[in-house]
Amino acid sequence: MTETTTSKPGSTEVWITGIGLATSLGEGLDSNWNALNERRINVDEKTFAPFIVHPFAPVNLDAQIPKKGDQRQMEAWQRIGTYAAGLALDSAGLKGNKEVLGRMDMIVAAGGGERDLAVDSNILTAEAKGNSAPGFLNERLMSDLRPTLFLAQLSNLLAGNIAIVHGVTGSSRTFMGEEVAGADAMRIALARIASGQSDIALIGGSQNGERKDLLVLYEFGDFNLKDKFAPVWARKQHPGFALGSAGAFLVIESKAHALARGAKPFARLTTVVADLARRKQPGETTATLEKLWSKLGKLEGNGAIITGATGAEPATSEERAFLGEHPDYPVRATGTMFGHTMEAQFPLGIGLAALSLSRGALFPPNDSAGVEIEMRKPPTQIVVVGVGHWRGEGMALVEAVR
Amino acid sequence: MAAPRDNFGRPIVVVTGMGVVTSLGAGKTENWAKLTAGESGIRTITRFPTVGLKTTMAGTVDFVPIEPFSSTDLSERLGDMAAEEAVAQAGIGARGDFPGPLFLAVAPVEVEWPQREELGRAAAGDGDINYDALLRVSGGGRFTPYHHRFLFGSVANALADKFGTKGSPISLSTACASGATAIQLGVEAIRRGEADAALCVATDGSVNPEALVRFSLLSALSTHNDPPQTSVKPFSKNRDGFVMAEGAGALVLESYEAAMARGARILGVLAGCGELADSFHRTRSSPDGKPIIGCVRNALADAGMAPEQIDYINAHGTGTPENDRMEYLGISSVFGELAGKIPVSSNKSMVGHTLSAAGAVEAVFSVLTLEHQRIPPTINYDVPDPAIPFDVVPNKARDARVTAVMSNSFGFGGQNASLILTGEPA
Repeated sequence: MTETTTSKPGSTEVWITGIGLATSLGEGLDSNWNALNERRINVDEKTFAPFIVHPFAPVNLDAQIPKKGDQRQMEAWQRIGTYAAGLALDSAGLKGNKEVLGRMDMIVAAGGGERDLAVDSNILTAEAKGNSAPGFLNERLMSDLRPTLFLAQLSNLLAGNIAIVHGVTGSSRTFMGEEVAGADAMRIALARIASGQSDIALIGGSQNGERKDLLVLYEFGDFNLKDKFAPVWARKQHPGFALGSAGAFLVIESKAHALARGAKPFARLTTVVADLARRKQPGETTATLEKLWSKLGKLEGNGAIITGATGAEPATSEERAFLGEHPDYPVRATGTMFGHTMEAQFPLGIGLAALSLSRGALFPPNDSAGVEIEMRKPPTQIVVVGVGHWRGEGMALVEAVR
Repeated sequence: MAAPRDNFGRPIVVVTGMGVVTSLGAGKTENWAKLTAGESGIRTITRFPTVGLKTTMAGTVDFVPIEPFSSTDLSERLGDMAAEEAVAQAGIGARGDFPGPLFLAVAPVEVEWPQREELGRAAAGDGDINYDALLRVSGGGRFTPYHHRFLFGSVANALADKFGTKGSPISLSTACASGATAIQLGVEAIRRGEADAALCVATDGSVNPEALVRFSLLSALSTHNDPPQTSVKPFSKNRDGFVMAEGAGALVLESYEAAMARGARILGVLAGCGELADSFHRTRSSPDGKPIIGCVRNALADAGMAPEQIDYINAHGTGTPENDRMEYLGISSVFGELAGKIPVSSNKSMVGHTLSAAGAVEAVFSVLTLEHQRIPPTINYDVPDPAIPFDVVPNKARDARVTAVMSNSFGFGGQNASLILTGEPA
């Protein structure tokens, strides 16, 4: 075997029955859908200048995280994710359904929480002024770090907070590894349900893009978009991504499970595949994407592509070469509208694909480079693509339920 | 040859290769000898100054030098060593061409202090060194390797490239249950028929100042610094916390059918996996023990086994007041009177708590227990806790007939995972 394909003949059909989106464009399905149709983009070119980020649109946290104590225990990325997870459970009609939540699987694709910037800065400043006594770092960390900050940083504590706030406890797994972690979370959850190892799962991820420590990490590789915003496809001369802020969660379940509880599908999650191109030679990423495409299953020709293309190079040029082989498929890059939300970008793409299929229309292009074209008829299939800015490739086929 | 499927009709999953590194040493032979001799790998930390710290000992792996140090570099190196040993023992595939996916339990990755301080020195000027100053010097190619190093997927990507595992490698964290979860993902993939083999690796090289401070601020660590070898006291009345440690465990899992077809030696069977999350609190278990009880029951059900079929429990046994009490509650609730009779020992009394690696390290030790028919002890057991009347195999290893082992892992964030390992199918 090479990639893991989950759609096997005769395997259980899996539906997407809940979508939770809280993004820089707003919260909930209607506000995100309307923003996409109005081609609205929420970028901040000033606060982190020269870096560009997509700030999180304010929400009433109490609506999904009722206890202030819980809110205080989390950093922004966890609050965003826990909030979006609650929206997904609401959307699936499962909020408070202890019987289902107690056996619901959860796979979260997560990075980590933000650092206490003031603590770091004070230590580095003191060290620059010659304070380098042995134990100086220890003493400052012991006295300055908030005791519970660690819990707001730990990758698996987004899932932990979702369990505490929403009661999802069937299982709790956290995948890390940037963009492809989101695809792998979808892939494993689908595989478990399709094979009968599980009936229902909550999957997703979140990111707070308004973080200087994250900007530092990506600046090491010169991956940040600087100075002026441009759509993803128009960044060839100034490549990079603008960090996005979003939580994107989905509820998926077997068709039988959904029917038994009277749940309506947004769409069918048919296939999720992922791979790790070596990326040592030009063309390897393109070839891997083509290989993943061939594993999706039957493509009927009335489809579209929603991609998490980052705008980073050479990954995005490699992806454009792949897209060029499928010119009949209208393309939408979520990175233009939402920024790059890293682990959350693939679940976000799945959510938007399911939403588009359920509403019988693809949202309009938002591109000055001519890559994105209009789609006038309702799509019946949408392929979701994720190409990591550095490593990792994922792809999914989402289909209309007729 | 036994049927290649279990009673549920699923492919039987077997272990055909294992590797381990801990503070006791590198490899199964050295680890097993010291583990059954009751030796401790906990020592006073020399890697960095410990002035100002409440806890000054850990189970560091000092025989693998990393310079300049980063926990992520050490994690990669330890994972590599354990995987090398496991793949070599299994004799599977060709060099750099492992015929299945990689599941890697690894600590969350972040930029660490030596690198942050290097950045700070580069940013030094007249004013304060804040993140704006750091951002001004981060780009331009000077620190490019740190981007690749401090991505969350960096260790898995490196191991996938080296061992030639197939598909997208999965990096996962379920805190201190991570090692067990990596194994569980491998078991599930083989049972689904997606793969004939899986490489499950768990690694942790986390002993650095900030990591120590973080656990210290949560009051989770033992402060019995002197002598360090006696600091971890699982199930003892005077236990006062866990001790951070480093290490890695790796298992080659295969379908029984594939292993038999290539004539591989079967080291053990992954008979069952269970998990159940706890929604009570971020660091504490539900006082009624229900999630742990459910997790243990799920593992038994998944293996199709009854409690009386388990004849050794490899405990999570961290030595924190909370964990050991809750583990007793969970085990005694499921096992009833048997809980006082089944040997329950903690490897962590000797190797410390290898955190993300613990579940896999202890799975390796569980299979070695089956192989050698000898149970490693719980050392430093001098003051029994009357509230935990386990047979902890105190202080001395014991020969015993062992056909099925339960290995438990519990972690922050409500993570619970249990594995059941048995000998070769009859």
